[in-house]
Formats: sequence, structure tokens, C-alpha cells
Amino acid sequence: MPSLLNTSRPPVFCPGCAHDRILHALDKTFQNMGLAGHQTVIVSDIGCSGLFDTFFHTHALHGLHGRALTYATGLKMARPELQVIVTMGDGGLGIGGAHLLAACRRNLDITLLILNNFNFGMTGGQFSATTPAEAQVGSDFLNRMEKPLDICRVTSSAGAAYVARSSAYQKDLAQKIESAFRFDGFAVLDIWGVCPGRYTKRNRLTPQTIDKSLAKLPPADGPVDANTRKEYGRHYRELAADCKQAAPLLKIEAIFDPPDSVRQEVILLGNAGQRIITAGEILCLAGLTAGLRVTQKNEYNITVMRGHSISEIILSPHEIGYTGIERPTVILALSQEGVDRRVRIFNRLDSDTMIIKGRGIDLPSCNAEIHQVDFKKQGVKAVNRALAALAVLAKLNKIIHIEMLQAALETKFKGKILAAALNLVREVEIDL
Amino acid sequence: MALSLMEGNEAIVRGAIFAGCRFFAGYPITPATTIFNAMLKLLPPLGGVCLQGEDEIASIGCCLGASMAGLKAMTATSGPGISLYSENISFAIGSEIPVVIVDVQRLGPSTGSATRGADGDINFLRWGNSGGLPAVVLAPVDVKDCFLLTIQAFNLAEELRCPVFIASNKEIGMTRESIDIDVIKKPEIIERAAPPPHEPFLPFSVPSGGQVPHFLPIGDKRLVRQTSSTHGADGYITTDPDEISKTLKRLKTKLLSTVDRYSFHEAHFKENADTLLLTYGVTARAALDVFKKQNKSGKPISLLILKTLWPVPENLIREKAAQAKRVVVVEMNLGQYVREIERILPEKKIDFCGQMDGRLITPSRISEVVDHA
Repeated sequence: MPSLLNTSRPPVFCPGCAHDRILHALDKTFQNMGLAGHQTVIVSDIGCSGLFDTFFHTHALHGLHGRALTYATGLKMARPELQVIVTMGDGGLGIGGAHLLAACRRNLDITLLILNNFNFGMTGGQFSATTPAEAQVGSDFLNRMEKPLDICRVTSSAGAAYVARSSAYQKDLAQKIESAFRFDGFAVLDIWGVCPGRYTKRNRLTPQTIDKSLAKLPPADGPVDANTRKEYGRHYRELAADCKQAAPLLKIEAIFDPPDSVRQEVILLGNAGQRIITAGEILCLAGLTAGLRVTQKNEYNITVMRGHSISEIILSPHEIGYTGIERPTVILALSQEGVDRRVRIFNRLDSDTMIIKGRGIDLPSCNAEIHQVDFKKQGVKAVNRALAALAVLAKLNKIIHIEMLQAALETKFKGKILAAALNLVREVEIDL
Repeated sequence: MALSLMEGNEAIVRGAIFAGCRFFAGYPITPATTIFNAMLKLLPPLGGVCLQGEDEIASIGCCLGASMAGLKAMTATSGPGISLYSENISFAIGSEIPVVIVDVQRLGPSTGSATRGADGDINFLRWGNSGGLPAVVLAPVDVKDCFLLTIQAFNLAEELRCPVFIASNKEIGMTRESIDIDVIKKPEIIERAAPPPHEPFLPFSVPSGGQVPHFLPIGDKRLVRQTSSTHGADGYITTDPDEISKTLKRLKTKLLSTVDRYSFHEAHFKENADTLLLTYGVTARAALDVFKKQNKSGKPISLLILKTLWPVPENLIREKAAQAKRVVVVEMNLGQYVREIERILPEKKIDFCGQMDGRLITPSRISEVVDHA
């Protein structure tokens, strides 16, 4: 196959730059593998490594600093057949650290070529995540306190299934890149090279010293046995193929007439664990069985099974505008915490508001019509009290009637749960 | 009549899927999390991709990659996440990458109150990009709008090659409401325009008479270049001031010159009404109640509910405000969009009613401001 180098844009790097060698090795890999430009995309990061895409006749995506792996992930998931190559420097590696770790953990079939020259070259030789503490850099003394990271150790611990180190001066660099390409999964190639424009102006680093340093490091030359697993994209598609089609949208026919034909506002004041939100939903569904418009707003704590839980429901024969509640038709007061949370609403109430409260709950003084239910005496557990309160409401023919409630339960529940809910509704007594 | 019970966030998801969205990447963040949840339930069985990004930056980054590969893509977040999206929003604007971005706004600043509503990001959505170029921002009022405007958002993103925002609000996104999706009149679905076949392709060359470059996906037989750098028609970096200026002006004009076509709104006009109530988002619901009440009580007002916020539908606003002596702008923030109204209608008396405390603005609060002429 011919070279994929862009003849109208010859590579321009500083004299002696390692990137130039890597560029030609990459082109050799393309040729050896017989890759055509349209089968390949170079996603380049920012800095000198970010010039790579312009020197090749391939698809190209050049984006923001440190984010190249994120674009590559979207591309590869959308077009699994593409050969996706990311070129990134040690600068972008540090900036996009979270993306590097995530890419290692995912194992999507992307090849990451890290053009590691130990500094932010383009901006003046500032220290990067791989700069040795003893190096003289463009950020004065700031690198002296920081420990450089070993890309291969970091990426293997993060789960990369293929990790290799190389010098930009190795004769077999094209073969090393090809091995990374051919790996079915995320492959990291940490390529060490010289930045003559910035780094070696003040630091001694040569192909020979690079070889010596590499020789001292633990080996990293390909697949990481401990991280071997399925390629992410293929695995994703396998699992997605097993996903069931979502149930069709539940639609409720209007089959009843509601007890009233005006806007009704209900507030359920309760606790997490009392199924307040579910009861609110059931009240809405009951409204739908009578063709009412409904809205439901909920408020609850970040904790599960602890703290207040509040649901505000509006039912109306007309379109509902404002979804807040200022003067509720009904308050179902089912826990002290819930009541305390909305204590401010009570002094506004007049006798038009009906409150159904559980025995033992203290209400602020107010002018509402109050009914008390002794849930405990009736053997209604806390988890069922919100539903029981709806049953009381239905038995009073207030806002909903019993057929509406039963129909709502039948749309929401099935089998034993439905039977238990219907039984509860039947048995709750109004001890007014 | 058959109604469903649905929250705004789910309606956005259903609108997106109807519009052909097949890629979503998001991240758990209240009050937008249920968009991610619903996408995860609905997209994979359709052959679409739903990813959880490692963070917000990755989420939008993945969407830009997928969009460049030809998929209709969406992401969703709230205030803290939209701030992190910023650099990639600039990328999508400058490099003409179609994407739909949902901001289910919560009370800010910063982490603010995760479960309290606000419309505090309205100016951020417009101005939160480096370079200051315009973006399209649509603001739903209710669950039905969430569905419909999301379809419109995809159509605009595809047609105009730009990010389109849905400026939702916790009070819409997480409020369940009755809706009959079947009776909603849906717009035709628009796809990105491909270039004529067998011709050399320049990724940012604009067809004659048009304002938007043709699109080919990365992976096509013809090579595609995408870059966040200032580029010419060929997708390579350029320093030619004429070419730069031409492109950047086009990015501005392609939106400003077309907004009249997509100035979504709801207008309620009353003869003899001196006051125009102008609002958007969930606050429009309270405003509609006020409008009805005022007109019943013989003190008529007119009402304009904007559903396209950016670019500012200036012609629409001028037309609807023509009869009014006074415009009352109501916003769930301490005054953002009102500045645009002051700019557009310098001859009118502009009154502002704002609130930023996590609660909905009540009809009575709006009435007070309306009555206090």
C-alpha cells in the first residue's frame, strides 16, 4: 500500500524532534497493514502531537486538550469498523487523566500513541505528568516536588489490556505500533523521545540515555495478562442485544366521571419508606381514569428510608397551569417529619381544606376540617399508610372514588401485590 | 382520550428518540439523571448507544465524536455539568457539530441546590462559549414541550450544524404530568445534508446560496477533517484574516438570519391591553393563570411565552409588544433575559419580576407586579 502521508503538507517539526520519527513509523505501519485513509481516523490532541492528523491522508478529528480519548470513544462506538488512533503528548495525558483511566477500564478498541517527551513543548517546556523531578523546566522549581508517573504502570493498574513502552529511535517502532493496532482492545504505546526545541536545551536526554532508562524499568511489551478481557464495543453490543424492548407507554382511558369537576390540590406529607411518591402516582393514575389532567411534584431527602417525603398532586378537568400548591383541597398527614417540613402552609388553611391525619401526629393549629385515622389500631403498617389514606379519601368520595382508585391500582400493580393493595383499600375503615 | 403520566425528562428522551437520536452519553446529576436512566432503557434495544461518561467533559466529548461519525447525539446535565461542557460547546459551535444539549436547570450558583428549580443558566447557555458566537436555546414550559421542542432541537441541530440547548428546569424535568403523545402534531424529521456524490469534498465548504456546509461522517469513503482550530473550507488551520472573518460571520449569520423560522412561542393577545406579560419556562404556567384571571376580572393583559430564547426572536418580540406600553418580564432568576427585552424595546416601560429561592414564582406574585403599574 502507498504511504498515507499528505504530500501537500510535509511534516514540520523542530530539527531533531522525535515526533518526526514516530510520524514516519506510523506511516510505515499504515503501509505494512495495507490500511487506506478512509478506514482510519487520527484523533489528535493538543500540542505538537496535535499536528499529526494534518500530515496524513486519513479521516481526522482534532479537538481540545486532553479530551482526544473522549472523541475517539464516541467515534469508535458509532463506527466499530474504523481503525481509531489517538495521538497525545504527555501534557494531554496529564490534563485528560480521568479519560485515560476510563479508556483503560473500558477496553474499547482504540490505539493510544503517547508521544512522551517529558514536557509541554509547544508552550515553552513546562513540566508535565512525566517530567523527572530533577529536570530543568519552564515552570521553574515547580516540578521538583512532584513525582512523575510511569504511564505503563498507571495504565496497567487502571486495567489497560495492552501496554508497551518504546523509544522513538527503535528500529522496530513500526512493528510495535502494528502490534498495538492489531490488538483487539485498548492499546497504550508509551513512546519516549527527545524534544530538542525545549527539553534538551537544558536537560541531557539522548536516544542512548532513553534506552538505558527504559532498560531499568519493569517490562511492558504488549498484552497484560491480568487485564485480558472482551473488547468493550463488542461486549457492549452483545449485552445490548439482550436488552428487552422497553414496555410500551402506559395509556389510561378515561372511563369514569370524577366526584368533582374543579381543580383539586393534594399534599401528601410523610416519610421515606411510606411509599409517598408511589401513592402520589396512584392518585394521578386514578385521576387519569376519570380523564382528569394531573401533575405530581415530589420532594424527598437524599437518604433512602430516612427523612421526609412529600408529594404534591393537582387534578383538574382543565389544563393545569401553575403546578405549585398554595391552598390544598386535601392534606394527607402521615408523618411528623413531613408535617414539620411544610409547617408554614397550615396557618393559611381554612375550612375548605380537609386534613386526614394519622393518629399521634401533631398538627399546627389551623382552621381546616381534620379527620383522624388510627392506622396502628387497624393494623396498617407504615409502608401502607399512604395508600390507606387514599382509600379513606376514596371512601369519602373526595377527589377520587373507589372505582377510580381500584382501576389505578390495576394499572400499577399485578398479582399478589395488586391483591394485597386491593385488600388494603377494601379493609381500611374511616373511624371519623 | 387516553392519557399517560410522564415527567419532563422522559418526554425529552421520547422526543429525542422520535427525532432519530441514537447516541447518548451522560452522567448522573440531579435533576437530569432520569434522562440518562430513560435513555439507557430505551436506546440499546433500538440499536443505539447509551454511555455513562467518566465525567461531564467525557460525556459531551463522546457525543461530539459520535455526531462526527454520523449519529444524532444528545447529552444532558445541570448547572455544574453545563459549566464543564463549556469548552466542548465552543468546539461544537466553531466546528459546526450537531448535538442536542439538555440543561435541566437547578438552583445555582455552583452546586447550589440539586433538587430546587431555577432558570439561572439562561445567559450562560448563550454566552458560555469562548468566542461569544450565538447558539440556539429552546425553553419548554411543560411535558408536551419537552417532547416537541426536543424534536425541533434535533431538527435545528442537524439542519444548522450547531449545538441546540433545551433549557429545562427541575420543575419541569422532574414533574410528572398527564400527556397524550399521540395527538401531538410532530414536525418532519430533518437529516444532515450530504454533499453531491462523486465530487471532491471540502468539509467546511458552503454550497452556493447556503449558509451551512454539507456533512459527511468520519468513516465515509471521502475523507473528512474536523478540527477545533480556526479553519478554512478544507478543514486545515488557517491564518488568513479574510477567510477567518468570513467563516466566523457565517457562524453568526446562519443563526441570526434564520431565527424567524423557529421563533417558537405562545402568544395571547388582548385588545386594549397596555401590559404585556413576557416569560418563558415553567414560570409561563403561572403567567398563563394570571393572564386568565386578569382578563376575567376586566383588567386585560396580553401574554407572550417565548420558547425560543436564543437567538433572541427580536422580530417576534417587537411585533407582539407593539400595542403594549409596558412589558413585565418574569424570570426564575435575578434578571437575565430582561436585559434583551430592554435592548429590543427601548421605548417601552420594562418591569421585572424575578425570584431565585428554589420556589416557583406564584401567580399572586406576578399579579402584584402586574397590578403595580
